[in-house]
Amino acid sequence: MTATTELKNIISEENVVYKKTSVLLDNEMHYCPGCTHGVIHKAIAEVIDEMGIQEKTVGVSPVGCSVLAYNYLDIDWQQAAHGRAPALATATSRLMPDKYVFTYQGDGDLASIGCAEIMHACNRGESIVVFFVNNAIYGMTGGQMAPTTLEGQVTATSPYGRDCHTTGFPMKMSEMVAMLPGTRFVTRESAETPGAVRKLKKAIRKGFENTREDKGISFIEIVGTCSSGWKMSPVQSNVWMKENMFPYYPLGTLKDE
Amino acid sequence: MGDIRLMKGNEVIAEAAIRCGCDGYFGYPITPQSEIMETLMIRRPELETGMVVVQAESEVAAINMVYGGASCGKKVMTSSSSPGISLKAEGITYLAGAELPALIVNIVRGGPGLGTIQPAQSDYFQAVKGGGHGDYKLIVLAPASVQEMNDFVDLGFELSHKYLNPAMILSDGVIGQMMEKVELSEFKPRWTEEEIIAKSGTWATTGKTADRERNISTSLDLDSAKQEVFNHKLQAKYRAMEENEVRFEKIDCDDADYLFVAYGSSARICQKAIELAREKGIKVGLLRPITLFPYPTKAIQEMLGQVKGILSVEMSAGQMVEDVRLAVNGKVPVEHYGRYGGIIPTPDEVVEALEQNFLGE
Repeated sequence: MTATTELKNIISEENVVYKKTSVLLDNEMHYCPGCTHGVIHKAIAEVIDEMGIQEKTVGVSPVGCSVLAYNYLDIDWQQAAHGRAPALATATSRLMPDKYVFTYQGDGDLASIGCAEIMHACNRGESIVVFFVNNAIYGMTGGQMAPTTLEGQVTATSPYGRDCHTTGFPMKMSEMVAMLPGTRFVTRESAETPGAVRKLKKAIRKGFENTREDKGISFIEIVGTCSSGWKMSPVQSNVWMKENMFPYYPLGTLKDE
Repeated sequence: MGDIRLMKGNEVIAEAAIRCGCDGYFGYPITPQSEIMETLMIRRPELETGMVVVQAESEVAAINMVYGGASCGKKVMTSSSSPGISLKAEGITYLAGAELPALIVNIVRGGPGLGTIQPAQSDYFQAVKGGGHGDYKLIVLAPASVQEMNDFVDLGFELSHKYLNPAMILSDGVIGQMMEKVELSEFKPRWTEEEIIAKSGTWATTGKTADRERNISTSLDLDSAKQEVFNHKLQAKYRAMEENEVRFEKIDCDDADYLFVAYGSSARICQKAIELAREKGIKVGLLRPITLFPYPTKAIQEMLGQVKGILSVEMSAGQMVEDVRLAVNGKVPVEHYGRYGGIIPTPDEVVEALEQNFLGE
């Protein structure tokens, strides 16, 4: 038996232990090597598949690197103006209350320009899930300082390191929204190891389940990397994230009611 | 006989929205149009028709809620007044760029800046020439009575869904605040989910079913060649509107030697000015644009062999007059008369302006 024939025999339906969900499309992703978006997209796609809610899910993509998220998940999508995704999701969820509506937003989109929209959607307790990908930098525009950029972190617009006395302090969005009575479930996750992805998927499922039960807003922050913006290799980025991001943005559930 | 009432223009916008099967209203308070949302909150249409009414945290959020609702194929609207419309400009260009239907009501007040809460018509450029960025057009309807405030809500939704383009009712504080007799429209049911899928299934984000590709509501295309093709498509749509949707009214034009061109409140003032002028032996008529885009250019051109001068009357420093001049192209003198900053001209002033400009007095 040649190696090829042997391989073909192994690749058969009864031997499948894992396969890519069909909710994740085959389009080539535009994300940089080491970027966390791809892993998070896959985790969301898998949960949508596992819950059997593909036909009832509507995503709202932001402005930023994940503006093109609609190219990767096989669901209906709305592409929002910068920061406004929670406003779109508010109307979509209220006008189609049987749907699962989520926003997918980065730190520039959610914590800076869209700060009002996210705070008020959380305060109203809209029946939506918010995925907040925090990599402490603007990726799409070329690595500028974000509200979540750490003190001393070098970016294109804080070339000598973020000076909190003139630029403010890194914003802890999860802690802020957890204070609002409208939020039901607030958690901070990551996606750098298989274990972390499993925990993330549990949180995603809980978020969508809360939507089904009309239980108010679920806010899922995912601390991620931006190798291009941070100017590090993917491996270095994960180390830097663990050593610098996790102490300031501690992982874990902040609120679960 | 229908349901005849004495109502404020703003209240009628709210009532007409409920009656025409509107699915959602998203607004933010601003004078002189707050009665629209107040009336909706009092009427509680969620109990009657299921219409959703949300007081948003800002005009920016409200227009983006409209974008979300429009993406679902629903009949959705917002209302505001001048400074608020400036804030909505971002969302309006996104609606146009994503080819989404929606109704936006502007009860215009004097500007610039925070300006005044009194009526004005100084947002013509913003409504007709742009407001937001990019080559886009709104369908712009200019009511001149409380009755037309009623009628144009349904018409605005109809045209915006026909062309998949946002429509604007450009009114002002006079029409919004005054009470007049109005015959309200009959109730129409809201569209069912099945009707929306049948009508808008090729684009509405109602949930991707196995029998179709995913629908994406976006105005983004990073490929310039495709973006130009898309812009050609938009321009073709605007040309079709110019071909099919021009609306205007002519009053006392048959024997007119002079012509007023005016819309909204100014058209009402011009009607009285016509009476006063004719008592003095000056034969003047009125051409009232009802659609400001598409503009009644041909209708103005058809008057050129007949009239000796045209006075564009607008509560602004002279905005619409530019479109009158483009139509006339130098063939007869065109002048502007306006009061602004919240001041409403009297019919006497308008007649005086006509005499000063064209009769050498």
